[in-house]
Amino acid sequence: MQVWSLQDAGLNPVVKASVDRYNKKGDTKATLATYINDAYKQKVQVAMGSPNAPDVFYNWGGGNLAQFVQAGQVEPLDDALAKKPEVRDTFLPSVLDTAKINGKQYGLPMTGTQPVIFFYNKAVFAAAGAQPPKTYDEFLGLVDTFKSKKVTPIALPGSQGWTELMYAEYFLDRIGGPEKWEAIAKSGGAAWKDPAVVKALQMCQDLAKKGAFGTNFASINYDNAGAGKLLATGKSAMFLMGTWEYPTQLTNNPAFAKKDLGWFQFPSIAGGKGEPGNLVGNPSNYFSVNAASKNKDAAIDYLTSTVASDAYIDDLIKSGAVPATKGAETKLAGKPNAEFNTDVFKMVSTAPSFAQSWDQAIAPDIAKRLLDNLQKLFLQKITPQAFVDDMAQAK
Amino acid sequence: MRERPGFVWAAPAAVFFAAFGIVPIAIVVYLSFTTWNGLGTPQWIGADNWSALLKDHDFPPSVRTTFFLTVGSWLVQTPLALLIGVWSAGNQRFRAVLSTIFFLPLLLSTAAIALVFVSLLDPNFGLAALWGKYLGTPDGNFLGDPTRALPTVVFVVAWQFVPFHTLLYQAATRQIPAMLYEASELDGAGRVRQFFSITLPQLRNTIIASSVMMLVGSVTVFESVLLLTNGGPGNDTKVLPLHMYQEGFIAFDMGYASVLAVLLVIVGTVLSVIVVRSTGYHRMTSDREGL
Repeated sequence: MQVWSLQDAGLNPVVKASVDRYNKKGDTKATLATYINDAYKQKVQVAMGSPNAPDVFYNWGGGNLAQFVQAGQVEPLDDALAKKPEVRDTFLPSVLDTAKINGKQYGLPMTGTQPVIFFYNKAVFAAAGAQPPKTYDEFLGLVDTFKSKKVTPIALPGSQGWTELMYAEYFLDRIGGPEKWEAIAKSGGAAWKDPAVVKALQMCQDLAKKGAFGTNFASINYDNAGAGKLLATGKSAMFLMGTWEYPTQLTNNPAFAKKDLGWFQFPSIAGGKGEPGNLVGNPSNYFSVNAASKNKDAAIDYLTSTVASDAYIDDLIKSGAVPATKGAETKLAGKPNAEFNTDVFKMVSTAPSFAQSWDQAIAPDIAKRLLDNLQKLFLQKITPQAFVDDMAQAK
Repeated sequence: MRERPGFVWAAPAAVFFAAFGIVPIAIVVYLSFTTWNGLGTPQWIGADNWSALLKDHDFPPSVRTTFFLTVGSWLVQTPLALLIGVWSAGNQRFRAVLSTIFFLPLLLSTAAIALVFVSLLDPNFGLAALWGKYLGTPDGNFLGDPTRALPTVVFVVAWQFVPFHTLLYQAATRQIPAMLYEASELDGAGRVRQFFSITLPQLRNTIIASSVMMLVGSVTVFESVLLLTNGGPGNDTKVLPLHMYQEGFIAFDMGYASVLAVLLVIVGTVLSVIVVRSTGYHRMTSDREGL
């Protein structure tokens, strides 16, 4: 039995241990294969339906998983979960939902949960006499404050469209509520033209025009840590990023991360329909079972007996991740990075909605078009209306 | 005249070329008439992908960008490589030492070079932050500015490939018979006159060979753009090969990506045929007859 996962220094030992535990008692022997990030999606796409397909495979849920489901290549887990109700009950419902397609559960969460939040530099805030903002008006006030202090208010690695996407996601959620995005993810087309979407995009553009990201954000790269360093050196005051930024800061800028790295949730917007506690980001990554697997029963058994087990969850916590399981709070206490991780867990477990990143939730060709358009939007090269008109045409 | 070698001698190369050249091209031509996202089996859809070309609003800009990148690369690389190559052909020791250092980029992979430049061009922490003000870009915004991004890519590609072409010119210059220079000196020709009347005409075939490689190479530049800008900002540096890659391996539209691949094969072939034909290179006439 083949288990395919992404190459990840933190995650791989956790999965490997679960495979070893399974092999000790099961009759079917499982082997783990891992692939690097960019190659993985291509590899799975090509392998599924071939004789070399994996039995259990890592995926991003949402549109990524839906593609395989539509091709009839993923086994629904509902029957197996009905026999083991405790497995379903282990996970936070908002996180399970991302792997639910047409009402059926096609995957189980197997990584930590990673919402997108604001990070900030406490020293820079203190020097400006600023407090983490609760509302968007306070937030805009801070942008002006930092600009007058010659600090770039927000670090934005705008050479990569997915970092700009986070603003569009939060603006639309706060203005129109999570239903607006759900409508787009479901049917696309005219749903893009909703006035709330246009307004959210307009707010992105206004924020860029205001100089909140400085003048050279389109040259800044996330992968070489150019944006994280801006925050750590105090050249920028704030940085909107997934919670994976926290361990990255601990590695790259340990002195700063231990002393001056703070965080807060995306501010609320007056008059908006979205709850201030709503999150966007990466609810989790998932393991799913190949419908054409020759070892289907063993694959389902592996899945339902490992990822919800205490041993697996403890290993995840040990690796520094925040598991998407109920009651993880007590387990996180006293572990490394407890303050940050329990805070993140609190946000996730109390979030009325946790929307998956848009680029993962929709088909890859439309996601590509979306990210191209976002870059143009932030560079003031297209209007929000032209943006939604273009997206409405995509099919 | 001696008998020409039999076909058998060409067999190993022909088999290799068929397996890795002809067969993949044939498959890509087939795929261009199908719809396939990598899952399941390709479905025949006739010429739909080809007519989609007309509606693809990324296609015309990517052709334009590829054209500017190709012309820009040729214009920047040829004079530089020619001058440095001729200079480094001299026998002085310091020229040999400097040339050795200068040829170092030849040893580095394209990906490594692109990643180094991504860091150097970081607008806040790279060289771009320090030197940008001398280049009219005080905020170091090279890769993210719609007008500067493409010239920056041309520069990085040139940094990588000029040494290779310099090597071609250096070797070719050393082949020029010394007697030509000696004779011209007796006739009173200076260095500049020697360069234009002897060196340049003698390097004619090298210039053509180098240009063909440069042009075809620039049409297919991919990794540098992928890693430096990924086609951005917006799609201002999205060249045709990158567009093909994104359609194929990001959007998983293999059929349409195959259309773009077929076009690239045609453009590359036509380009090299035109250059070779129009310059008389294919006649393989010697410039040294009677020497």
